[in-house]
Amino acid sequence: MLKHEAQATPAPASRPSNRRQISDRSLSQLFIWPTLILLIIINIFPLFYSLFLSFTNYSAIANRPPEWIGFTNFDRLLNSNDIWGYFSLTGRYALISVGLQTVIGFGLALLLRKKFRGSGIVTTLILIPMMLSPVVVGLFWKLMFNPAYGIFNYLVGFSNPATAPDWLASPSLALWAIIIVDVWMWSPFVMLLCLSGLSAIPDYLYEAAAIDRASAWFQFRRITLPQVAPLLLIAVLFRTIEAFKAFDLVMGLTGGGPGNATQMISVEIYSQAFLGQFRTGRASALAYIVLVIIIAVSNVYIRTLNKVREG
Amino acid sequence: MATIQLQQVEKKFGDVYAVQPMDLTIQDGEFVVLLGPSGCGKTTTLRMISGLEAVSSGQILLNGRDVTWAHPSDRDIAFVFQFFALYPHLSVWQNIAFPLQAQGESGAEVEKRVAEVAALLRIEHLLRLRPGALSGGDQQRIALARALVRRPAAFLMDEPLGALDAELRETMRAEIKRLHIDQHATTVYVTHDQIEAMAMGDRIVVMSNAVVQQVGTPADVYHKPHNLFVARFIGSPGMNLLSGGYADGIVALPGGNRYPVPEAWDRALRARLGQAGRVIVGFRPEATRIGGGGALTATVYAADMHGGYTMLHLSLNGEDGEMVHARASRQEHFKIGEVVRFDLHPDMVRFFDAETEVALEEVR
Repeated sequence: MLKHEAQATPAPASRPSNRRQISDRSLSQLFIWPTLILLIIINIFPLFYSLFLSFTNYSAIANRPPEWIGFTNFDRLLNSNDIWGYFSLTGRYALISVGLQTVIGFGLALLLRKKFRGSGIVTTLILIPMMLSPVVVGLFWKLMFNPAYGIFNYLVGFSNPATAPDWLASPSLALWAIIIVDVWMWSPFVMLLCLSGLSAIPDYLYEAAAIDRASAWFQFRRITLPQVAPLLLIAVLFRTIEAFKAFDLVMGLTGGGPGNATQMISVEIYSQAFLGQFRTGRASALAYIVLVIIIAVSNVYIRTLNKVREG
Repeated sequence: MATIQLQQVEKKFGDVYAVQPMDLTIQDGEFVVLLGPSGCGKTTTLRMISGLEAVSSGQILLNGRDVTWAHPSDRDIAFVFQFFALYPHLSVWQNIAFPLQAQGESGAEVEKRVAEVAALLRIEHLLRLRPGALSGGDQQRIALARALVRRPAAFLMDEPLGALDAELRETMRAEIKRLHIDQHATTVYVTHDQIEAMAMGDRIVVMSNAVVQQVGTPADVYHKPHNLFVARFIGSPGMNLLSGGYADGIVALPGGNRYPVPEAWDRALRARLGQAGRVIVGFRPEATRIGGGGALTATVYAADMHGGYTMLHLSLNGEDGEMVHARASRQEHFKIGEVVRFDLHPDMVRFFDAETEVALEEVR
């Protein structure tokens, strides 16, 4: 029917026909706006609202409107020894964890670089930890770390539960327990990026290096490393940011304990916001301090990255 | 400097020969060109000499030392790749310094030798740039500099000019030839371009289908091709090849032409064929002498002006429409369809066995 009509009165292309038509432009708007509205509601608005709250003494459970108190929150936080302790703990955690992930991930990538029988399946198996939910990983490892029936102590050689260390309950070991799990979970991510970097290095560079009489170590240092460096740095950047935000894994494993031994900065934000007095305003202020630090660290990385790319 | 010896060197991929067993001795300071169409095994041969490719059997000797199974870095050879294979993340200076630093030369020595080689190739102004910012010709100069800086015993070059445009190719050809003369370094050069091979080589190794067809000086492979493949492949256009029946000092060619065989060749043909038999007559376009009569008759099919000379396409009016290329001076003019008589220069005629396609030898 419609077809017949169209044939009977062929309208010029430029003139809009009688039927309802949507221009390409309004169609694209129609697709974009629902997402945009959602983003504004759950991202942009909270971003600015929390910035406002960070200058107030607002508490989510107190039944009173936010009251402007200026820089008091920031002043308190930045002059608190506890907070600086949590920052340095987070920094130490990020440094060790990301460092180990880089070395192990790059090492795995070098091992898996040459294809062998079953290398595909091995790669996939190695990638599995990365695909799991951090909370699930945290709970599983909590079981494995258990000194009475956990398998971890047995595997590392402590077969007697009476003398074996209780990883998650020991203030000196709890941080290392989280680092071990984080490295287990995220080294594959570094490996994945390094593998794609390695496979992009053309063979002829190594042929030229062999002709140029470069030793294996010289080739690694002068060809492999600089060629992979951009991707390796991106992996390190991602992991550093993530390590600074470490939360779910810590909550799943230790909840910040024992005592304050694993009170990472994100856990502290959570404690401020949702435990005890529900200090929403102060938690927002702390979140902004972390944001500024992460932006600063990322900037340093990105500059290094650009430098590596340009040489 | 070095002599390179290949003894029964072969390369097989599965059951297929990439290079059939070949013998070749490259003298110290010689410029040898491996020439052939793509896939003929010339690059594989070069890579076997370099050690980048393992031989399937046979021996490679460098200065008499057996290096058949030595790693490329133990052979003291430099390799110039077709697509340059420069290190993209290093500057030009670092690229050239790479082989020196890999051997742990001192900083001062590296500085000195890079500066020397940069001056030699006139690339001093490029040293701080990255290879990606350079033109193809400059990239190839860097690749040459990287090969030269180490002062290797021999240079292996795999179509080093293949990635350059025609004009640049000619400039670089002269530069490489000049470098070879200055350095007097043993060089093995792979190309599919027969003009390049003729212009540069002291000797040419013509390869086809994994087999060496002929080894000889440029003049040899041009004037005395060992078989029909070489005759066709060298020269543009290649040698004119006409099949005919020999009997009593005369070869009957297409179109009723009767070519009286020069005396020295007549003896050779008689020795090979007896009184009569099939033979292939070969002659270069410049072996024809047009005008002033001649034993052969043909019709002008086309005449191409090449600037310095005219290339005639002559139809012999035979049953299969056989064509002959003939070179005439640029002053002469020929009309299409004109009948011309021509002769062949007796010293520039070759004869090939019709069965084996191998060239016959003169009997003086």
